[in-house]
Amino acid sequence: MFSYYLQLGLRSLRRNPVLTALMVMAIGFGVAASMTTYSVFRATSQDPIPQKSSQLYNTQLDNRGPDKLEKGEPPPALSYKDATALLRAHKAKRQAVTYPIGVSVIPDNPSRLPVREGAYATGADFFPMFDVPFIQGTGWTLEDDEKHASVVVIAKSLNDKLFDGGQSVGKQMNIDGHLYRITGVIQDWAPQPLFFDVPNTGGFDDGAQVYVPFTRAVDLKLPNAGNNSCTEEPGEGWDNYLRSECIWLSLWSELPTKAEAETYRQYIEGYAADQQRAGRFSWAPNIKVRDVPTWLDVQHVVPKESQVSLIVSLGFLVICLVNTVGLLLAKFMRRAPEIGVRRALGASRKDIYAQFLIEAGTIGVAGGVLGLILTGVGILGVGLVFPEPVARLAKLDPVLILITLVVAIVASLIAAFYPTWRAAQVQPAWQLKSN
Amino acid sequence: MQIKPILSALRRHKAGTILIALQIALTLAIVCNALFIVHERVDKVNRTTGLDETNLIAIGNDYVGAPETFAPLMKTDLQTLRSLPGVVDAYVTNAYPLRQGGWSTGVQTDPDSKKEGISTALYFGDDHALKTLGVRLIAGRNFNAGETQTVKREQQPGSPQIIVTKALADKVFPDGNALGKVVYLAKGKPSTIIGIVEKLTSPWIENNYVDGDYVVIMPVIFDSSFQNFLVRTQPGQEDAVFKAIPQALYAVNRMRVLPEKLGVRRFEDVRARAYEADRGMAILMSVVCGVLLAITAAGIVGLSSFWVGQRRKQIGVRRALGARRSDILSYFMTENFLIALVGVVVGVVLAVGLSQWMFTHFEMKRLSLTYVGIGVVALLALGQAAVFAPALRASRVSPVEATRSV
Repeated sequence: MFSYYLQLGLRSLRRNPVLTALMVMAIGFGVAASMTTYSVFRATSQDPIPQKSSQLYNTQLDNRGPDKLEKGEPPPALSYKDATALLRAHKAKRQAVTYPIGVSVIPDNPSRLPVREGAYATGADFFPMFDVPFIQGTGWTLEDDEKHASVVVIAKSLNDKLFDGGQSVGKQMNIDGHLYRITGVIQDWAPQPLFFDVPNTGGFDDGAQVYVPFTRAVDLKLPNAGNNSCTEEPGEGWDNYLRSECIWLSLWSELPTKAEAETYRQYIEGYAADQQRAGRFSWAPNIKVRDVPTWLDVQHVVPKESQVSLIVSLGFLVICLVNTVGLLLAKFMRRAPEIGVRRALGASRKDIYAQFLIEAGTIGVAGGVLGLILTGVGILGVGLVFPEPVARLAKLDPVLILITLVVAIVASLIAAFYPTWRAAQVQPAWQLKSN
Repeated sequence: MQIKPILSALRRHKAGTILIALQIALTLAIVCNALFIVHERVDKVNRTTGLDETNLIAIGNDYVGAPETFAPLMKTDLQTLRSLPGVVDAYVTNAYPLRQGGWSTGVQTDPDSKKEGISTALYFGDDHALKTLGVRLIAGRNFNAGETQTVKREQQPGSPQIIVTKALADKVFPDGNALGKVVYLAKGKPSTIIGIVEKLTSPWIENNYVDGDYVVIMPVIFDSSFQNFLVRTQPGQEDAVFKAIPQALYAVNRMRVLPEKLGVRRFEDVRARAYEADRGMAILMSVVCGVLLAITAAGIVGLSSFWVGQRRKQIGVRRALGARRSDILSYFMTENFLIALVGVVVGVVLAVGLSQWMFTHFEMKRLSLTYVGIGVVALLALGQAAVFAPALRASRVSPVEATRSV
């Protein structure tokens, strides 16, 4: 019966090519617009580190006073004083401070030009804590951190550039005139959103090719390449900067269980209370210890453009559906006499339902295929609408293809429901009489 | 006009009527919000910077290594750039309009004030800055060569002479006469306003850091590894200079990086990059509006044609009873107008609701009523245009139809 209804459906669609084309296009455009914007939304709202996102916590604390905060939200980064104090206390399984630096790598071969690379100063725990994938060697050790060692971890692309992709662990490299020993080479690793450095990247960035110990970077006075915010002049010189209340450092901690997270939170609260007692803060502790999903949410990582365009295109899909309902209604009701004959010849209402839903389903499939093609075009064109770091995340993968087809078919079935119901209500007697 | 019979006819086609009205309502809600977004973004993209943006090249440059000072390197580079054929002038700075990154600081009139002052953007430059940027000095004088100081990374810059924008001058000194007044940008370092420029925008396109066109230019060479050079070329020489710059700079000093993406850029590229997201949003919303209106029009054509087809007999009867073609035409036009009217009334409510929702969730501006008005007129016109062809076909139904198969 299914194939017979399918044949009937196809024949009926061919009888009214303009109407059919209109419906297929409405569904196709609606689905494509929604899926294209959804692909961007999905990419920007994904969990960058799903296996661990609920065990990794960012620490914030208010070191400037409630009158200088927006909606009571503590600043997104820490001062050197607080970051290093919390690091020393070591109340988490692993923890690392990060700040972005800009470095120039000077190749040994004097005929080659220096290259500028994005870099982070961080701690040994960074690599195991964030499951950074190594292809050679390992990260540096906690001992290296303590010794302020001149060691470095580089990423694959830089290793390809400097060492033609060969074994480079143990070799020296020259960064801004200082020699560093390479302890490991990682993949070109940049989880998106780049959760551990949202304040400086907005969440979407190539990531870094070079990682050096935080302690070493501070010794070398490597300036912060990211945002720096001071409410008071820090005074001149690096040491005054370190002593100041300027905020520029992120502190991440790995806390495997909820209980550990709670203990950590209480510790931070206690730390802030101590600062208040010591007279440094004249306000009650205002701290936030947030896991990755909460942190990304609070930092509004998903671009406003992405959300607005998703909402608008969903509205667009709804209008396309209303349009399709109208057209299907017109199409089905025009065939009232035919329905009357079928009913008179013994077809049950259920049969009518099946026939017309299958016909609508074929429109859904056709709309889905058109939608898929248009989604492909749309994703190619995403670069025109969204900035490059976000646009390149939108991909037409099997999951999206499946979602597109399912959405198209489900949408057309929803659209067909009312017209089909009306078709099934047709009274055979009336139709036969008037013919 | 015979509205009553139209209404009683519509009562028998509830589903179709509701569908068309609903579609018009939803389309109105989306279209006027989308058009409003387009308008807002286009306005933003069209804002001027106060610069003469043609024949201007921006260079991001990073010196490699850690010499005692970068000042001599900068001096050599400036000489190199200024002596390139086709170059009018050049200077070195920390930031410029549309760069989307720069410095902001507070301006005080009282040296002992504890408040943060008025937040302003801070540009470094020298006596060549104004000429290179192409901004207009409306009061006072330019810097002279002797006033440029080299400031170390860890020092607080606060030159004795500064040039400010008119917007900032009026903000700090609302009575006018800002020229010659003293302000403080760093503790204990008075700066005299020696010149006022007509317009110059901050490096940011959003007012997150600076609340207007508030800019201070200081005659300062900032001694750090990352520098921006701006180069003004003679008309018609921009391409030649653009191509010559990397070679010329690498020839005098190889220990530098001109980054791939933000290295040597024509100012139009700087502008395009700054407004990428806004331009994209405007394009997207325009496309959505266009397709949406087309689909709604097609839907109205489809449903109206169906109605006309369904009522051929009744039309025939009316014609046979003496109705003219124009009566039939105006019947369908009026019918559509009534439905569209209901649609736009609902649509206005939805549009305002949607705008309100986006206002609270995305800090977007509230929809201006002009756009609602434009949307209402557009959709009523669209409905009339869409129904015209089916209505015309209806008016051509011959009275003979009435006699068939009854």
